[in-house]
Amino acid sequence: MLDKKLAAAFQEPGCAVNRDKSDRDRKRGCSAVTLQPGAAAGGCAFDGAKIALQPIADAAHLVHGPIACEGNSWDSRNALSSGPGLYRTGFTTDMSELDIIHGGERRLYRAIREIVERFRPPAVFVYVTCVSALIGDDVEAVCRIATEQFATPVIPVIAPGFAGSKNFGNKLAGRALLDHVIGTREPAHRTPTDIAVLGEYNVAGELWQVTPLLDRLGIRMLASITGDGRYADVASVHRARAAMVVCSQALVSMARELEARYGIPFFEGSFYGVGETSTALRTLARLLVEQGAPDDLLSRTEALVAEEEARTAAALVPYRERLAGKRVLLYTGGVKSWSMIAALHELGMVVIGTSVRKSTEEDKARARALIGAEADLFGQIPAKELYARLKRGDADILMSGGRTQFVALKTRTPWLDINQERHHGYAGYTGMVTFARQIDRCLHNPIWRQLRRPAPWDRPREAHHD
Amino acid sequence: MTDFGKVAKAAAVNPLKLSPALGGALAFLGIDRCLPMLHGGQGCTAFSLVLAVRHFRETIPLQTTAMSELSTILGGADNVEQAIATIYDRAHPRVIGICTTALTETRDDDISAELPFIVERHPEWQDLDVILASTPDYAGGLEVGWSRAVTAMVNALVEPAGRRRTLRRVNLLAGSHLSPGDVEELRETIEGFGLRVIVLPDLSGSLDGHVPDDFVPTSLGGTPADLIRGMGESVITLAIGEQMRPAAEALAERTGVPFTVFDRVTGLEAFDAFVAALMEVSGNGPNERLRRQRSRLVDAMLDGHFYFGGRKAAVAGDPDLALAMSGILADLGCTVARVVTTAATPAADRVPAESVMVGDLDDLERDLGPSPALIVASSHAKALSDRLGASLFRAGFPVYDRLGAPQRVSVGYRGTRDLVFALGNLLMEHDDAHPHPAGEDPGERESDGRHFDATLAAG
Repeated sequence: MLDKKLAAAFQEPGCAVNRDKSDRDRKRGCSAVTLQPGAAAGGCAFDGAKIALQPIADAAHLVHGPIACEGNSWDSRNALSSGPGLYRTGFTTDMSELDIIHGGERRLYRAIREIVERFRPPAVFVYVTCVSALIGDDVEAVCRIATEQFATPVIPVIAPGFAGSKNFGNKLAGRALLDHVIGTREPAHRTPTDIAVLGEYNVAGELWQVTPLLDRLGIRMLASITGDGRYADVASVHRARAAMVVCSQALVSMARELEARYGIPFFEGSFYGVGETSTALRTLARLLVEQGAPDDLLSRTEALVAEEEARTAAALVPYRERLAGKRVLLYTGGVKSWSMIAALHELGMVVIGTSVRKSTEEDKARARALIGAEADLFGQIPAKELYARLKRGDADILMSGGRTQFVALKTRTPWLDINQERHHGYAGYTGMVTFARQIDRCLHNPIWRQLRRPAPWDRPREAHHD
Repeated sequence: MTDFGKVAKAAAVNPLKLSPALGGALAFLGIDRCLPMLHGGQGCTAFSLVLAVRHFRETIPLQTTAMSELSTILGGADNVEQAIATIYDRAHPRVIGICTTALTETRDDDISAELPFIVERHPEWQDLDVILASTPDYAGGLEVGWSRAVTAMVNALVEPAGRRRTLRRVNLLAGSHLSPGDVEELRETIEGFGLRVIVLPDLSGSLDGHVPDDFVPTSLGGTPADLIRGMGESVITLAIGEQMRPAAEALAERTGVPFTVFDRVTGLEAFDAFVAALMEVSGNGPNERLRRQRSRLVDAMLDGHFYFGGRKAAVAGDPDLALAMSGILADLGCTVARVVTTAATPAADRVPAESVMVGDLDDLERDLGPSPALIVASSHAKALSDRLGASLFRAGFPVYDRLGAPQRVSVGYRGTRDLVFALGNLLMEHDDAHPHPAGEDPGERESDGRHFDATLAAG
């Protein structure tokens, strides 16, 4: 059962990484490559599935497993909701030794009932974990029965941690939506400009930096998968006229499936940087017009782009002066390895290197074209080496995720969070200004001068009175 | 007085419990040049790592055996061997601490039987100790894992001693409820009596938040393995927290070193007992500094008790932490209406609260009547305390939305004094934000210090 699901997820013609592989590599799949005992880093498939689905804000998310899976991870993601907050409540069956011996199905069923009776959510997502998968709990059957008994959709998410990487879990989450959710509801009304946005999780409210632009163009976001999402909207996403996949290889397969099943055209884009944002808006408008939306959408989009670009350029002037020429080391992955470069170049900054972990050949080529032949394209680097490079003063600032934060800070190098846990949104035109402001604040904080001075006992004697 | 019991719920709502494997890994970080590793899926390590990084604001060395579906079916011994080899080559640690997880324990990997054979195959690992702690997620929480890891350290490292005793040296077994700052405070107190001390585990050197001169891929600081070997030569073991009793017993069994368990070292009376023990062991009286510190705590309790008397509080945390925090609140006259904890240990049984439960954060507010003024819990209780309009004092693990949690000292006379101030300030602030309508709850108004001051000023 699981095998078939995994195999299906590996056969992804829409995935550029997959296309680039030899036949043999493709058969081996995409999850098993990185896992080296004693040197692996990164989340599991369950983590990825939870990241992808938890932003559906009005649903309950129940983790069927022992305490580590939810106890160690709930309340740690910064995906925001404009309304319901149930998604932030951590639910788990907290399987005990006895549950494992006797099987956890009865506890799971009772847990679903408790949640439905007390919180009345529009749906419950049930996440399978390693242990509940290992002992053979039939979670799909429990969900089926619970759906009937409680008149509430109960959706099994079959992405146990040991199935693979976080990215793979994203895919399996998309699978769960396609299998059980999408197409089960109809929107209250439809417009010729209904779109779907896939793979934007509204981290730090980034979706909200884009939605006002769509509103001004009269483009309606029928469903967001899944940032600030609502269950009923996700269920009716099949009525969208066009879809955008944001910075995510993982949900490309979902977009392709939507295209195959419902004829929804899609494109991959990014909202990081002025240029990328404008391109995304233009592409959305073009796809909608091709689908029958009124022609004037194109000219109105051009007008909006011109206005916003001018306004943003003006707002960035003071920052460009202060940031121009500063050297950035980018340590991220996937699409961000190049989309961030574009944004940094708009600020006049120099990218001395970027990591191309989890990036496709296409991503790598784009990154190479952007940063030039001098700069460094690298894969995963050990913390020790990263430390050495920063200590040497190779870069003025490191931009990365929380894992390498303290590697940078211990070398007394400015650091900016550009991953999941950040608290500032960098999307769209306003996000670009926020991005510039945050870089400026990090780089030009007055602490650096003092911190880099030697202690009194490490200074030459004559320097004591300076 | 207590209606101790587990709540009959099928779904935990906003879990309080963290995984024992995480607790075990944190304990291993208190050994010098150690690299902890979870034997489980890579996600087990990733989640633990993220929490620990956010709490300590440090790079945390923590590895994984990266069990896949296939290796789970075939057995994880190969993964363990491969992981040790990889870690040894790359980071060259002195100790590798393995913590098992629910995945590998359910699968029933018998690593304790395999480990001697694995080590035998690798003579090149002669300067490496590999310690295994059984910490499945389905049994207990962070505190249980910490406790089990420390017991495993004792059994793996401490040499059964002969009759030789190093006079004037004691062992300190530190529970998971102590911050690196707490450990340092206890060490200084002990040294103030002219005693030397071996602390196990010792996070005060590794996770105290400092800027080292170079990058170290293992824990940096902590107790050296060779020092742990000689713990059998100390005159006594002082165990802090009921959770350290099994490790103290194991140590006594191996070496004959007698032990005393202190279930609390936060609070005047509680710390007096610790000091009395040090006086007896050392034959010395307290130094001038300690006398002064006690006097300052007495004064702080005098100044502060107005704001505590009769106020309603609720506490959530692992048993030893819950006992320490509810203990100090009760000491100062608070009504601890509810304590929710993670395991039914003897410490949980001694918690001075109207009701004690093994449960989740959801249980902290259920059927509690009027909202408490103060909640003591981890950062996870933020939404809950906002909803109840209660002040939140962040204690335990994880604390990621405040600076300095690992450095906070809340043990000893000095630490208790600072804790009384911090808690008292929150209660004052809560009072200011929630003024009582005239005539309501006169009992509380009478015991209120501000009211008393106002009367004086008017007179």
